[in-house]
Amino acid sequence: MTGLLPAHEQDWYEASARERIAGLLDPGSFVEVLGPEQRAMSPHLAQFDLTGAFDDGLVVGRGLLDGKAVLIAAQEGRFLGGAFGEVHGAKLVGLLRAARDGAKEGGPQSVLLLLDTGGVRLQEANVGELAISEIIRAIVEARIAGIAVIALVGGRSGAFGGGGIVTACCSRIVVSEHARISVSGPEVIETNKGVEEFDSKDRALVWRVTGGRTRRLTGGADRYVKGRVQDFRDAAIALVEKAPPLTIATLQAEQRRLAERLRLYGDAKDAPEIWEKAGLSDPTHMADLTDDQFLALPMPKEADHDAR
Amino acid sequence: MEKIEVRGTAKRRVPGTSLRAITGVSASGNLEVLVERVMPDRECMVEVTTAVAGFGDIWRAVIEEFFERGAPGGLRFSINDGGARPDTVTLRLMQGVRLMETTK
Repeated sequence: MTGLLPAHEQDWYEASARERIAGLLDPGSFVEVLGPEQRAMSPHLAQFDLTGAFDDGLVVGRGLLDGKAVLIAAQEGRFLGGAFGEVHGAKLVGLLRAARDGAKEGGPQSVLLLLDTGGVRLQEANVGELAISEIIRAIVEARIAGIAVIALVGGRSGAFGGGGIVTACCSRIVVSEHARISVSGPEVIETNKGVEEFDSKDRALVWRVTGGRTRRLTGGADRYVKGRVQDFRDAAIALVEKAPPLTIATLQAEQRRLAERLRLYGDAKDAPEIWEKAGLSDPTHMADLTDDQFLALPMPKEADHDAR
Repeated sequence: MEKIEVRGTAKRRVPGTSLRAITGVSASGNLEVLVERVMPDRECMVEVTTAVAGFGDIWRAVIEEFFERGAPGGLRFSINDGGARPDTVTLRLMQGVRLMETTK
């Protein structure tokens, strides 16, 4: 909105939640619901002497993606690390339930979730955890109703804690190199298990374990894209058509996929061991590849699947 | 947490028809500004909520200078501040005026 580049040319990592939406959807098509002028703000942050945000860090609404109606939600990763609170969570639950209810009545057939979150806000921990549970239920119900829920991850906060679980519940997942997806974040692991177990300052380690390339190679993400907003848009357009339905068969396929992954790589101590077993050449230099080189790699067979 | 409200007058009504705009982010060293066209044409107002208490005089000086230079007639600015420096505050306020002039 205020950048010098057109919205779709902007870097996803640097862009705000609103800029990502502007560049992801067809130009000018976004209509916000419960916008900042409604001042649906957190009732909890003031008692911790924290300033709120007018949209509680989540922008929700509807728009067009390549001419098709979609619902969309984007987290602002710079406000409290994009973390889930009560209002923030309720906005997302409402959006997903609207998708579910509209599925059979000609409403949008897909929801785009632009996740950028460290997890649940410590200041509203109980309501935040409840929000995560409600969001997971709402994603499942929307998917059963036939809605494609697409997660797009590539912001500075990644998708951690409950945000990592929410991501894994989606029909399809798009990542960039900047993406990190996990449940327990690096600092949480270090705090609980010690620095010998996991050094959260070791950025190469963090990305080897949680990063977008690792997730893509092991089937934890369905598309790897370069970092522009346009790249995420192209991937979203391609994926909304092909998202798997949430059926018993899909769940069984997911169970088989995960069991096989555990069987193949369960004893690996670090990601390069996995690449080596998967037959990738030069597994120790995965992080040094350019995006083009990475995209040209032959993917291991477990990277692409009909599960999720 | 401190709330500061400053009202002023402006030389002109900000042109354009857009009703609202938002810029910036509520984060450390930054601020978000919600701009709404809800004031009489030659009046303006800034409401600040800031995490950093005790800088009321500086806020008033920055905002009064902005009223003089930016001439933001007709606009109300609501700010969530995470401890932004005065130059950042001025920049965001001016961005808000520009957005109101240029967006539909």
